[in-house]
Amino acid sequence: MPTRDLVIGFLPLVDACLPILAQEHGFAEDEGLNLTFLRDVSWATVLDRLLYGHSDAAHMLAPLAIATTLGVGRPARAMAAPFVLGLNGNGITLRKDLAARVCEPGTFGDPQAVGKAMQVEVQAALAAGKRLRLGVVHRYSSHNYKLRYWLAACGIRPDEEVEIVTVAPPFVADAMAGGEIDGACVGEPWNSLCVERDVGTIVLATAQVWRRGVEKVLAMRADRLDERREETEALIRAMRRAGRHFVDPANWESNAAILARPHYVGGDERLILRAISDRPVLAHGGQPVSFPDFMFQHSEAANFPWVSQAAWLYSQMVRWDQLDYAEEASRQAAGVFRPDVYRTALKSTGDDLPGANSKVEGSVSQLMQVGAQQGSITLSENRFFDGRTFDPVDIPGYLATLD
Amino acid sequence: MVRCNMRCMNIAIIDENRARASIIEEGLAGIEGDIHVITGREGLLAKIEQIAPDIVLIDLGNPSRDVLEEYFAVSRALARPIAMFVDESDDDAIAASIDAGVSAYVVDGLAAGRIRPLLDLAVKRFNAFARLQADLAEAKGKLAERETIDRAKRILMDSKRITEPEAYAELRRKAMSSSRRIIDIAEAVVTAHDLLGGS
Repeated sequence: MPTRDLVIGFLPLVDACLPILAQEHGFAEDEGLNLTFLRDVSWATVLDRLLYGHSDAAHMLAPLAIATTLGVGRPARAMAAPFVLGLNGNGITLRKDLAARVCEPGTFGDPQAVGKAMQVEVQAALAAGKRLRLGVVHRYSSHNYKLRYWLAACGIRPDEEVEIVTVAPPFVADAMAGGEIDGACVGEPWNSLCVERDVGTIVLATAQVWRRGVEKVLAMRADRLDERREETEALIRAMRRAGRHFVDPANWESNAAILARPHYVGGDERLILRAISDRPVLAHGGQPVSFPDFMFQHSEAANFPWVSQAAWLYSQMVRWDQLDYAEEASRQAAGVFRPDVYRTALKSTGDDLPGANSKVEGSVSQLMQVGAQQGSITLSENRFFDGRTFDPVDIPGYLATLD
Repeated sequence: MVRCNMRCMNIAIIDENRARASIIEEGLAGIEGDIHVITGREGLLAKIEQIAPDIVLIDLGNPSRDVLEEYFAVSRALARPIAMFVDESDDDAIAASIDAGVSAYVVDGLAAGRIRPLLDLAVKRFNAFARLQADLAEAKGKLAERETIDRAKRILMDSKRITEPEAYAELRRKAMSSSRRIIDIAEAVVTAHDLLGGS
């Protein structure tokens, strides 16, 4: 079988791990693929390179793939996401003194309790004529949506009572040290870097806001996916094997060392190890805290692109961009996630494939066996912290319950 | 009216690489308009707000792109909305600029005919800079090669008590007989010498 090349764009974040490890451990080669990587430092550039053909596929913020498809802020280009690179893996880090007032530093707080204390801080700042500034990595990111979801559910109005600004992940620690922001919601290893530099304390994991929240996806131009369908399916199989390798504790240290290479994520491999072993250190000088679902890259069909997850992201886009809900846009947004491609890629590999493409998000509160096309899937708790559920069939009804 | 607009056009170049920024600035000197170069990350948005540019050029490797796009998104609600330069009728021009490593944003309503020449110039300058860098890297590489060959020659001269031309001839003979480049043989000689504890 001749080797086929695919160029993969990515930003230096731990959750770019699956394609990188697929190449490094030979899983891509086993599928007849050779992956090369294009490392960039802004999502805008990762996206431009996808749109103008420098890359075939990219590690991408799921909401950005949807916004690009809908033409929010730029001419529409149809994108496709046939594989979810992982669930959660982000943290909410606050300035040290602020963190000390809203939780017990060194432990994960309860999102309701931290939110309530945060509301007091927000009001105190407003009374002093200031708004707390919180950084997110991009307007169209799950970081932005999960941070806003948490704040709003705790009675804090994101655009009026706090200011949410964009900060590139590598500069979050600098921005916090320089007093430009009071906190941030960002992926790893950038929360851990704030802790290491003693400028911030991790107070929550986004997994506490939504236990099974969709994070980055493998995104492609929809036409490119059609052209390179076979290679894409081969890549999906290679990344599933990389995921199995990634979650095995025996491989954590060696994988951290690979990801720490300067042409991949770079930085300190000890910080990367904390994230991939689900054992972040939350406060400077503290002990690692075990949080088994901090990153969630493989089990429970984590990589399956549930169209209901895309629909939830669209609902948040409507909510925070103050768009009018539109049936057609909703259909297009949901259509960015491509379970059909995922299914054909893994059919006859014996890997787990859910029976449905959509589910009521946040509805599982205990272990639940779900119908499978292939394999056996047991979902564990996937709740939103406020107990709401999201039924993709009725987005306007869902939105009406918010605010 | 058009002439006034031409004169009033404000162009911002954002590039952390000072050398490249000045090469682009110089390239745009023929364009009627005020050119503002921003090389630092600090206070970027405040500077942009002050300049109120009609066109923003920023290199693809710039870490501030997402921050800038967020600012533009917010500015759409303001009086002077800036849109991304992705007028699909001019997709070739954009593709060329992305290939060259520059992206551009323009104020809504600025005529494509005025953007195109400017973008073409910027692309030319970006490409020229990339060529300069490639030439420099090649020159540095050649210099390093020559140093390695010189070292290999000295090692052969010392160990075999031969003259410099003889040492070079030996390297060349070995290269030809093994169909490798002289530099490869020289590197092998130097490496072997270092491994065997030579100085």
